[in-house]
Amino acid sequence: MNSKRPVNLDLSTITFPLPALTSIAHRITGIILFIGLIFAFWALDVSLSSPQGFEAVRDALAHNILAKLVAWGLLSALAFHFVAGIKHLLMDINIGVTLEGGVRKSQITVVVSAVLVILAGVWVW
Amino acid sequence: MVTNITNFGRSGLSDWLIQRVSAIILAVYTLFMVGFLLFNPGLDFDTWSGLFSQTWMRIFSLLAFVSIAAHAWIGLWTVTTDYLKPTGIRVAVQTIIILVIFVFLVWGVQVLWGA
Repeated sequence: MNSKRPVNLDLSTITFPLPALTSIAHRITGIILFIGLIFAFWALDVSLSSPQGFEAVRDALAHNILAKLVAWGLLSALAFHFVAGIKHLLMDINIGVTLEGGVRKSQITVVVSAVLVILAGVWVW
Repeated sequence: MVTNITNFGRSGLSDWLIQRVSAIILAVYTLFMVGFLLFNPGLDFDTWSGLFSQTWMRIFSLLAFVSIAAHAWIGLWTVTTDYLKPTGIRVAVQTIIILVIFVFLVWGVQVLWGA
């Protein structure tokens, strides 16, 4: 490798193309979902433990603003991760594996997941 | 072939396939759960616990939990290997991730068959 080649390590001067941003967001939402498993398993555990536990989870999701925000946040992360994952599977079966196709699929990913994020918000509230 | 001692299947191709298979299982489970909750707006405890007392639902759920374990490990292994360069920190973080995944898995089994 030519050790004299120019290297730009100043990230603030690099413009990320949309596919790069959706790729990073796919990773970030994956990490969020992993941490969010604590809330998901907690809710499943308590809601299945007894009728009182079920009501406690239902009451939290119906009235507690913090619980609503966590639920909406996790559903949003799940929606984006889901859609970006479908994009990955499409690339695996050779659909749209071109520069234009990549940008197009990233745009579709952003639009579809934005719609799902709004629908998730409507569902939670 | 390049092998690695910390990734899931010891080969990149194996990890690649497991990541896809677990993704599809988790996608189906997600669609099922969202669909179930949407079609049961006034869900009560009896219907909810009745669903999870079915053998097929316990098998389906355990399959999803095992898929979460594999999928999370392959994904987080990739991310930590990309960004955490010092070996000590990376191995420490990856060890914590494995422990957390193990706790989630045992917790999930307990929720499905316990109580």
